[in-house]
Amino acid sequence: MNLLKTKLDNGLTVLLRESHTAPVTGFWVWYRVGSRNEHPGITGISHWVEHMLFKGTSRWPREKLDQAVAREGGILNAMTWYDFTAYYETLPSRKVSLSLDIESDRMVNALFDPEETESERTVIISERQGHENDPLFLLDEAVSAAAYHVHPYGHDTIGDLCDLRTITRDELYAHYRTYYAPNNAIIALAGDFNSGEMERVIERYFGALVSGPEIPKVEAQEPPQEEERRVVVEGDAGTDYLNIVYHTPAAKHPDIFPLTVLSTILAGGSGSLVGRGGISNRTSRLYRALVETELAADIDASLVPNVDPGLYRLTATVAPDRTPAEIEAVISQEIERLQQEAISEAELTKARQQARALFAYSSESITNQAFWLGFSEIFADHTWFLRYLDNLETVTTEDVLRVAQTYLTPQNRTTGWYLSNAK
Amino acid sequence: MYTSKTRHAFPGPEDTLRQTLPNGITVLARENFDSPSVVVEGYIEAGNEDEPHDKAGLANFATDVMERGTQHRSFEQLYEEVESVGASFGVGAGTHITSFGAKGLVEQLPLLLDVLNDVLRYPAFPVDQMEHARREILTDLREEAHDTRDMAAITFHELAYPESHPYHYNASGYPETIAAITRDDLTAFHRRYFSPQGMTLVVVGAVKAEKAVEAIAEVFGSWEATRPERVPLPTVPTLTEIAKKYVAIPEKTQSDLILGWPGPERRDPDFLTCNLANTVLGIFGMMGRLGERVRSQNGLAYYAYSRIEGGKGPGPWNVAAGVNPTNVDHAIELILEEIRRIREERIPAGELTDSKTYLTGSLPLRLETNEGVAQMLTYIERNALGLDYLQRYPTLINEITPLKAQEAVRRWLDPDHYALAIAGPPL
Repeated sequence: MNLLKTKLDNGLTVLLRESHTAPVTGFWVWYRVGSRNEHPGITGISHWVEHMLFKGTSRWPREKLDQAVAREGGILNAMTWYDFTAYYETLPSRKVSLSLDIESDRMVNALFDPEETESERTVIISERQGHENDPLFLLDEAVSAAAYHVHPYGHDTIGDLCDLRTITRDELYAHYRTYYAPNNAIIALAGDFNSGEMERVIERYFGALVSGPEIPKVEAQEPPQEEERRVVVEGDAGTDYLNIVYHTPAAKHPDIFPLTVLSTILAGGSGSLVGRGGISNRTSRLYRALVETELAADIDASLVPNVDPGLYRLTATVAPDRTPAEIEAVISQEIERLQQEAISEAELTKARQQARALFAYSSESITNQAFWLGFSEIFADHTWFLRYLDNLETVTTEDVLRVAQTYLTPQNRTTGWYLSNAK
Repeated sequence: MYTSKTRHAFPGPEDTLRQTLPNGITVLARENFDSPSVVVEGYIEAGNEDEPHDKAGLANFATDVMERGTQHRSFEQLYEEVESVGASFGVGAGTHITSFGAKGLVEQLPLLLDVLNDVLRYPAFPVDQMEHARREILTDLREEAHDTRDMAAITFHELAYPESHPYHYNASGYPETIAAITRDDLTAFHRRYFSPQGMTLVVVGAVKAEKAVEAIAEVFGSWEATRPERVPLPTVPTLTEIAKKYVAIPEKTQSDLILGWPGPERRDPDFLTCNLANTVLGIFGMMGRLGERVRSQNGLAYYAYSRIEGGKGPGPWNVAAGVNPTNVDHAIELILEEIRRIREERIPAGELTDSKTYLTGSLPLRLETNEGVAQMLTYIERNALGLDYLQRYPTLINEITPLKAQEAVRRWLDPDHYALAIAGPPL
């Protein structure tokens, strides 16, 4: 793979992947800041800062910013999550300097105009209220809060309503100035360019930015969970839901690979680390045990790479006239089975084959290639993505047995029921 | 930085093989050896349009069960074969057509074609799988009934289209129609409407185009069946009032609203002009003028955009927004003001040019993946746009003048007569 990694003097990490399959370049800038860097009182602040970076700088006022990219036929957007805030543009390759110009400017020059800050407050509250309309959001939020007592992963990235009402412009600006600096950022480009030339252009746009002070460390460490936890959310959604989470190790930990295989066998390949969506899960163990038996209308898993220990999450939509308790009992049986008998070689082969296909699909678009380089640099380093399939190849059936016994224990589990009053 | 190694051409007549098989299937194939995957996409002329209104949801129900077992493969066998190699397939009914698709690594192309052929031609409609699918649909309908976005969309269609028209109905059906559909209904629907006439199959990926066409001919070439001719769709009258409905759903914190009209058909000469005007109104940059006004300036909504469907019939041209229940009236006022403005004031030439360059310039991004190319070729075939469509597209867009845009907007968007559906907490 044609890949170049370098670091500018100011600490900015640069990842370049030349690819001439389409006249398109995907540009991402990643900051190591997200809800992981927040505490009660300022939850949601990283996501709000992300919104404020679309409100403009002196040189790139609000309207000019997204219009300049759209005019060239490009897309720009951003996302904030536990471990990162990322901004991206995908543009016709000859216009890529536009990305460099915009992103190098707003890394340090965003205005945070007080009026714009206030107008964005209601937009963000509206975003949160849109989520609240979804019963699964409410359940996820309650379950995460129960699973974490200490670590900021217990808060959803959107933030709590009380904090969204009270966060001030100055707090937002201080957060921005603390975390937005070249020494806390990674840029990842993939596409139709010459790496050597691109390196020089990047130096021209980003090289003069001054590195910031040392980034505050996240000291919080979630103590081991010692007993099973349970939460119940009641509402009027008309349908019941079940959510079960287990604490998992950080993405850098080698056990994440056997856990990926485990999840593929339990609930399908699309819930695994790379390549969400795309493959149905109708031959997975839980689909057979829950959906074919009509206890659940749907079963889904998610295992997401995190900087700190994260959660493996199983979500079921309860079939009418069935209960979350019935589904929970079946899931427990299936988990026990994984702990008692090794998976078959055929299952292992199938999981690897699914991973290979999903990996191929997720590397197809230029935007995704740059995404994976930058994202894996956030939680491990870019070689994590490059070695992903090789690492899965080394997983054995005994590894899967061991991680099932290690992580999927009752005391490491938090279970949430969403019970609907209206049916 | 722009290198010459790259393939720049959009799919066109030079590099897309198009052939019609003797049984009526149109096959399109385009090679791409940059990725090890292959995508198959296509459609059959069967859909909600063919179902009686008292059996609303029949087409969707039928395709759900078709995915659940064939005369040669049980449910179990079907998914074991497909999932064990990391491939996927799907069939889904729409209003006018049933779309199908499959994706896998290129060596799986024979499997993908065989599975699609099996599912489309030889479904078994097993009784247990039918009952299973019925219960899943009923659960989905129950979830839909509590979802503000879904309910706003369903209600909008009821307001904007007459009961005689298929667009009036929820494509997934209703609890009472789904409960009443029998296995005979499903098998009859399949027998009557699934045929190779008018069927299109597109293959994009790391396979020689001629080989792809041969493979399709070998698998699907023996299919002989005809379907009854379609009756023309009933006409959709212009809205002559403000048709408004509020759907109360307990315990919601946000309201979703849809305001709009029946819009131009894809073949309407106005369509591309309306589509450009719509880009100005509710898409360009951060959701166009609507996003600027409702979200950025007034902070009323997380989202406010407009879309134009332009299908075989007069699909909707509408505005959607998610707002706090106390801001609904204010948001509607601002939306209507923007509708009036785009009718009354000609779009400044510079602003129109921005949206033009967006529409033409974003094509490479839409054509980056095999799926993107396959979707585009399917769209081109379905709307009879011609394989040179993407080459002609920039000219078609660039010749639209501000005057033409204004005239088109005035024909379609009427700020005094519209349909408005709102779903949110009880007032």
